Amino acid sequence: MTTTVVKEARRSSPARPDGARARRSRRRGRVIALLFALPALLLLGALVVYPVLFSIGRSLFDASGDTFVGGENYAEMFRDPTTLKAIRNTAIWVVVAPTLLTGLGLILAVLVEKIRWATAFKLLLFMPMAVSFLAAGIIFRLAYDEDPDKGVLNAAVVSIHDAFDEGSEYPTARARDGQGLNQQKDGSYVTGSPVSPGSATALGLVGVAPKDLPADARPAQQAAAQEAGADEVRGVVYLDFTPGGGGKPGVVDSRESGLPGMRVEAVQGGKTVASTTTAADGSFRFTGLKDGSYTLKLPKENFEQPYDGISWLGPTLVTPAIIGAYLWIWTGFAMVLIGAGLSTLPRDALEAARMDGANEWQIFRKITVPLLAPVLTVVFVTLVINVMKVFDLVYIIAPGPVQEDATVLATQMWLVSFGGGNNQGLGSALGVLLLLLVIPAMVFNVRRFRRSQR
Amino acid sequence: MKTIRRGLSSAMVQAFLVVIGLVWMTPLAGLFLSSLRSAEDTAKGGWWTVFTAPGQLSFDNYSALLDNSGMTQAFWNTVLISVPATVLVVVIAALAGYAFAWLDFPGRDSVFLVVVALLVVPVQIGLLPVAKLFGQLGLFGTIPGVVLFHVAYGLPFAVFLLRNYFAEIPKEMLEAARMDGGSEWRIFTRLVLPVGRPAIASLAIFQFLWVWNDMLVALLFADSSSQPLTVALQSQIRQFGSNIDVLAPGAFLSLVIPVVVFFAFQRHFVQGVMAGSVK
Repeated sequence: MTTTVVKEARRSSPARPDGARARRSRRRGRVIALLFALPALLLLGALVVYPVLFSIGRSLFDASGDTFVGGENYAEMFRDPTTLKAIRNTAIWVVVAPTLLTGLGLILAVLVEKIRWATAFKLLLFMPMAVSFLAAGIIFRLAYDEDPDKGVLNAAVVSIHDAFDEGSEYPTARARDGQGLNQQKDGSYVTGSPVSPGSATALGLVGVAPKDLPADARPAQQAAAQEAGADEVRGVVYLDFTPGGGGKPGVVDSRESGLPGMRVEAVQGGKTVASTTTAADGSFRFTGLKDGSYTLKLPKENFEQPYDGISWLGPTLVTPAIIGAYLWIWTGFAMVLIGAGLSTLPRDALEAARMDGANEWQIFRKITVPLLAPVLTVVFVTLVINVMKVFDLVYIIAPGPVQEDATVLATQMWLVSFGGGNNQGLGSALGVLLLLLVIPAMVFNVRRFRRSQR
Repeated sequence: MKTIRRGLSSAMVQAFLVVIGLVWMTPLAGLFLSSLRSAEDTAKGGWWTVFTAPGQLSFDNYSALLDNSGMTQAFWNTVLISVPATVLVVVIAALAGYAFAWLDFPGRDSVFLVVVALLVVPVQIGLLPVAKLFGQLGLFGTIPGVVLFHVAYGLPFAVFLLRNYFAEIPKEMLEAARMDGGSEWRIFTRLVLPVGRPAIASLAIFQFLWVWNDMLVALLFADSSSQPLTVALQSQIRQFGSNIDVLAPGAFLSLVIPVVVFFAFQRHFVQGVMAGSVK
């Protein structure tokens, strides 16, 4: 477009009679034009174009740069397990992050149109774009801390978990050896001698500090003294420890407490036939059991360690965790860009569909998404380009020991070239690989630009 | 019935978006509250304990940070890198943008296509060769070196944005100015720059944030006396956990200025980020 504009401008300017002077003034115009463009061209040439060519050349030499090795660095890239891991992680990033972001952005862009405080919401979600990856990294390193007393995510996970499953009351409880309870491999306890209906058993445990007893725990002696009915198996689970001393091991002494909330199972022939939970005084009873001999079992749930959340930054979850931080930064971008596309959709089409009785979901599926497809593609492609180069977040969030599990192309390129690896041949090859990966985007940009100029 | 259902679904949408908004605010709130707590309190429990024990909050960490000469130096380095890198990109790209849009020189359009192609070149590929080059020129480890690298890698987008914006200026305006005998320089400063102000503002904000928030480039090109805040904080990451009383206020300080810029120039900011996201 501009080329034609400039040509027309020249044609329409009054023709000079003197050809030599016109030529001189044209040359002068070119010199001025070059002077305007020169600073940019020099910097781009010296610091961008030349380095690209240099890197391509350097990637064909070995670590020291003395020996020509051809494609050896590129072959090495796919042999070296850490580099391979980086390629694999980058692939995960490129598939997962843009997909989630585009989806989330689309949903939020549609929903935010329905509220009055849309502008405030958009601003809030867009704000993380102003925050550096370093600061975001520190923020999420804090949030992902494994200790539920420090990391907000695990604090939330643990409190949700505990709301549904209270966890065991007695992680430290254990039985004394030779007192009738034997520990199984899985951590549960079973009675050594069988019990049968009509009998009462006292199951003593130790290892619970008096301050850790539930507030409703009552002394167990009275319950332990009760006789069992003919079809009943009765008993108590108690803490075989008298505060201040003086109690006899294996005997329910007067000041010894029951252990409430303990699960007890009656097992016959390897199968659990009945189960119950102890009362405040530690007592339990099974009624209606058929004659025969049973084993009483305190299942392992009673003794499980407390749940302490998810190891976000462990080797398995570290990449999803960092992608989560990336979502925090970029969702606003996807939402605002898609929202801009949404506002250009023909209102009448949507209204007509609504008139015809289409519900919101049908409108979304059949009209909004297809019409938005070009915008969604642009958002997706933009995100892919950015995700490929992700560096700071991975570098900051992944703790030292799991750095290798989280590594992506950009961090790997850094580590190999400067961070101890010191293999600039392989490092250059990784840089060239990064460049190759964005070439489709490069072609896309150039094509789109040329089309816009016609 | 229908209105009731619609009202109900709108209430659900509102509730959902409120939850999302809270989730989005929590990380920043957490960082800010963490930055106001002493190392001892941080070792004992999370930042949310301040809601039951607000006595933990104090600005002691910030005053300690301001007494830490390494950190204040790093903060100034950030300013000394970001401001020139922004001004230079704007000036150089505006000159080139005008040349590519309205002046004639041989190979102009093909050269501009190369600029478009350079838009997506990752900075990573420039690190090693430019480091060698700067080493020979004595620029390695200096603030001017960091600035030059940022300018070079900011230019493709900057030239692209401004050239396209300038190209939209009606040609009658320029012709009239040329008829009046105005030199190209005069036209550039009196006509093109004022007309291009919105694009220049978006570009300046985008470039400023890009450089202010950069860690990678400075990690390589700045030595310990010229390192910006991001690199200074990064060097503390290794002891993460034991030094949250330094990291949290430092990180908050580093993001305060971009966030203020964001709220002050929302529109330009959003436009700049949108346009520049192809980088």
